[in-house]
Amino acid sequence: MKRRPHYLAGAGSLVWLLLVGLPLYVMLAATVQTRTEYARNGPLAFPESFTFDNYTGAFSGGFGQYLVNTFIVTASVIALVLLLVPPLAFAIVRSRSRITSGVFRLFLLGLAIPAQAVIVPMFYLISKAGLYDNLIGVILPTAAFCLPISALILSGAMRDISPELYEAMAIDGAPPRQIFFRLVLPLSKGGLSTIVVFSALQAWNGFLFPLVLTQSESTKLITLGLYDFQTEYGINIPGLLAAVVLSTVPVLLVYLFARRALVQGLMGVGGK
Amino acid sequence: MTTQTTGVRPSTAAGGGRSRSRSTRAATAQVGRPGFAWAIPATVFFTLFAIAPLLMVAVLSFTSWSGLGSPEFVGLDNWTRILDDPVMIKSIWLSLLITGLGVAVQTPLSILLGVWAAGQQRNRAVLSAIYFIPLLLSSTAVSVLWRALLDPNFGVPSEATWLFGDGNLFGGQATAIGVLAFVSTWQFTPFHTLLYQGAARAIPKVLYQAAEIDGAGRYRQFFHITLPQLRNTVITSTILMVVGGLTTFETVLILTQGGPGTDTTISAYYMYQKAFKSFDFGAGAAVALVLVVAATVISLIVVRVSGYDKMRSAMEGL
Repeated sequence: MKRRPHYLAGAGSLVWLLLVGLPLYVMLAATVQTRTEYARNGPLAFPESFTFDNYTGAFSGGFGQYLVNTFIVTASVIALVLLLVPPLAFAIVRSRSRITSGVFRLFLLGLAIPAQAVIVPMFYLISKAGLYDNLIGVILPTAAFCLPISALILSGAMRDISPELYEAMAIDGAPPRQIFFRLVLPLSKGGLSTIVVFSALQAWNGFLFPLVLTQSESTKLITLGLYDFQTEYGINIPGLLAAVVLSTVPVLLVYLFARRALVQGLMGVGGK
Repeated sequence: MTTQTTGVRPSTAAGGGRSRSRSTRAATAQVGRPGFAWAIPATVFFTLFAIAPLLMVAVLSFTSWSGLGSPEFVGLDNWTRILDDPVMIKSIWLSLLITGLGVAVQTPLSILLGVWAAGQQRNRAVLSAIYFIPLLLSSTAVSVLWRALLDPNFGVPSEATWLFGDGNLFGGQATAIGVLAFVSTWQFTPFHTLLYQGAARAIPKVLYQAAEIDGAGRYRQFFHITLPQLRNTVITSTILMVVGGLTTFETVLILTQGGPGTDTTISAYYMYQKAFKSFDFGAGAAVALVLVVAATVISLIVVRVSGYDKMRSAMEGL
């Protein structure tokens, strides 16, 4: 159906583009300027000269270490989620046991538990377990808080596998383990990549757990690094924004290469 | 277990073979189905690191603990203290205000953007890809970015004094709340836009074709087809906004530090201060419990209203 363009909507969309794009432009422009130039010309000016000092400065200020730490935490969270969620989702979708429907309700309830609400006892538990200021102490709760949405997304994907396929394998006498590895996992690749990207984002962007559960330089994650940079050198705006850009580059790369998985994951939450 | 479960759902088994005897049917229905053991590892892990802390909040709220040693039982002391604290009462109102503002601003905005982005035009696809970017930044990055952009001395307000007055948006309560609402909108509208985009694309095309034949214009189509069809998404999105709004934390910590004074000290930030700045973990736990109760009530509404818990029977029986 060919329709005439909607000018009002077009104009509105351009206003929003400006609102989203302008801050991002200012951020990038600021990071290639020196502090004095930024202070003199203001945030909206076009940069006169280009310098990468802000980026190298961020690295020498410890951001290289923070990036490595964040990579470790992110990879571990992904591994935990991939280990725990597929069997769980399989049970939710295919098990006839009453217990699993109870389990599913438990995870649905967990969807709305905010990390803030449990941070005090989490601090208590992690300290008592001797994991305070240890990356493991950040990994465990972060992974736990990825589980509800991941379970929801993956069980949605597994439900889309046609019941005939399950039954065909069942009639052939295949045990659950075989059905899981030969049918369910290969056919829910989309859902799996979605939960990987989702958990990676949660781990990469997480702030509250690292804020409360770590304190030293050697366990600092990138978000906490940004926060500390801001509180200590808040007036060095180009340096600060360079650190913000650095913290985002890996996520942008994922966005470029796994956009579908990311978008589907985010929509799976409310779209189903 | 076998008789019980097959008794509940005989329909799936019937799909396997209509002519079989009853006993084979029952057997087929159970073969290849995982037992609840498959759910155990995830459930144990989740219980340990999410459910147990949730229950512990309640216990800790009746204790006094400074972070060292062991918590001591003090009865209702924390509760009377926080409920007598005007800052706490104010923080609840502020949380509700910020949440309400978020819903009121983001809902119409994301519906319009989402429906617009649902169109299949090439330029819309490109623009939507850009709109999505704020969602990729962490809340920390977003807050740090806007703190820098709105800096009273080096930021945009100092350039546009005709619009921003003295340029210090963090100096007054109204402007500080405005900044918080604006930054949340900037960050989270893309997410909700995405929800609406997906939902708008799922609306059957026939509805629009029928409306077109009946001569309904673009606006009537929007109000009489699109909006009613988006009803469920509005509910889900609103609930997510409420939960997100009640737990706003990074934005407050980085942008306003709860100030000026305590004018933007919302409950989640108040809790953080009590527990991790004043080392009054008991009071922090009490505030957290208030948040838990609010979030649980909302999550129960999610499950009821959206029918997530009924999804299983609806889907598998097909």
